[in-house]
Amino acid sequence: MSTADRSETVKETALTAWHVAQGARMAEFANYQMPIQYSSIVAEHQATRTAAGVFDISHMGRLRFEGDRAAELLDHLLTRRVSDMVPGDVRYSMMCNEQGGILDDVLVSKLENNSGHMFFLLVVNAGNRAKILQWIAPHVADYPDVMFHDVSDATAMIAVQGPRVQEILGRLFPDKVLQLGYYKTTLCDQMQKPCVVSRTGYTGEDGFELTLKAEDAPRVWENVLLAGREHGILPVGLGARDTLRLEAGMPLYGHELSEEIDPYSAGLGFAVNLKDRDFLGREALERSKAASHASMRVGLKLVGRRSAREGASLLDGDGRKVGEVTSGTYSPTLQCPIAMGYLRNELAVPGTSVEVDIRGAKADAEVVPLPFYRRSK
Amino acid sequence: MNPQELKYNASHEWVGMSTEDGSDVAVIGISDFALEQLTDLVYMALPEVGASVQAGEEFGEVESVKAVSPLYSPVSGEVVAVHSELVDKLDQLAADPFGEGWIIKVKLADGASLDGLLDREAYQKQCGES
Repeated sequence: MSTADRSETVKETALTAWHVAQGARMAEFANYQMPIQYSSIVAEHQATRTAAGVFDISHMGRLRFEGDRAAELLDHLLTRRVSDMVPGDVRYSMMCNEQGGILDDVLVSKLENNSGHMFFLLVVNAGNRAKILQWIAPHVADYPDVMFHDVSDATAMIAVQGPRVQEILGRLFPDKVLQLGYYKTTLCDQMQKPCVVSRTGYTGEDGFELTLKAEDAPRVWENVLLAGREHGILPVGLGARDTLRLEAGMPLYGHELSEEIDPYSAGLGFAVNLKDRDFLGREALERSKAASHASMRVGLKLVGRRSAREGASLLDGDGRKVGEVTSGTYSPTLQCPIAMGYLRNELAVPGTSVEVDIRGAKADAEVVPLPFYRRSK
Repeated sequence: MNPQELKYNASHEWVGMSTEDGSDVAVIGISDFALEQLTDLVYMALPEVGASVQAGEEFGEVESVKAVSPLYSPVSGEVVAVHSELVDKLDQLAADPFGEGWIIKVKLADGASLDGLLDREAYQKQCGES
């Protein structure tokens, strides 16, 4: 066990002081001081599944594009078209390199401000922010009329997820927020302060993500916790965020996704649109779509109580390596160990039995459909 | 066992001497600090009675939702008892780490001792600094 060393380069979010004051266990994650857990991972996980959880996700990168040609620029950078989005739409997409490797998986929102100006907000993974800024810089330079700003430091991001989220946020936000459809977004006021609210999520629950000015974040965070207290809301750290997203079958960059992995073998072909359009990585992705893939992303349920962690080998009946685990944990909801990983194509079929090498001892596992958990609607 | 009178590994295992059936045995467990850090235990692997353990070497592992942590023996000797029911009662381990949460008992090898281990004060100081 070790706690993160607090070097001076490690950044804080607008809420780090709150996390520390609450006694959260802190660690460095993507160069930010982030809470791993406040109480226990299982308690925070269960609160999110049964009531609600509030997450500080300010470490993620937020990039703003504005101007007449902003959509054209993003169409060039992203695997999905954004030029057909209308204000209020949110879209999940990949950003790929020329070889079709995944540079990042992103969320794009199209918004309209009070004076009728449209802009796009691109949310990128925390650990990829510097890389993406570098990657897009020459392309942004080709569009001098597009106003581009990295607003990550000036803003904060709070996710509120769970079955009671409507009741909780209903006290704080106007009706139009609660009536948002899935993958929709809107600009609204929260106590006279501007706030972008999107109905997306990473936990498998109904939920909203709030993007607001950094200085407004502590007040809104406290308000959400206060409004949710009687419903059983808990602040949730990165520990439970990981167990929740794994149960929800969500891939995580650096684990299931990387520049060595293409969207098709990751099972994310839906986030690539090749029809009648050109963009970075298109040619490689066209080849990739037509090719057969050596391995595919799968879900695994393990027999026994030991969890398979990242890097554990998947073996066939003859003990040959046929894949590798990319994320694994004990599932608090299913009460058994679950994992995601890449498995040889012909074995990547639900019902297939494989073995997992967990630090030298073998455990039986079964390929299961993703997600592991789906909420009842 | 009284935590103040026990000795500790820097890796968070405790050891205390006890008398069982007239012979001295070392009782080994995991500290309160470590259990608080681990939280949400899901699995524990223990040695067999009769196994030999070496000071500083791994004798088992404990797994939480978050991670796996090896257990290192504070002493050398032969395992004479294993608290195997603990595997199904991991909450007991966290609730009473110095009592019902004992893990193994070891008959010390010739010449083995508790020398060189940390006392409670030194151990706590280390935990505060880590």
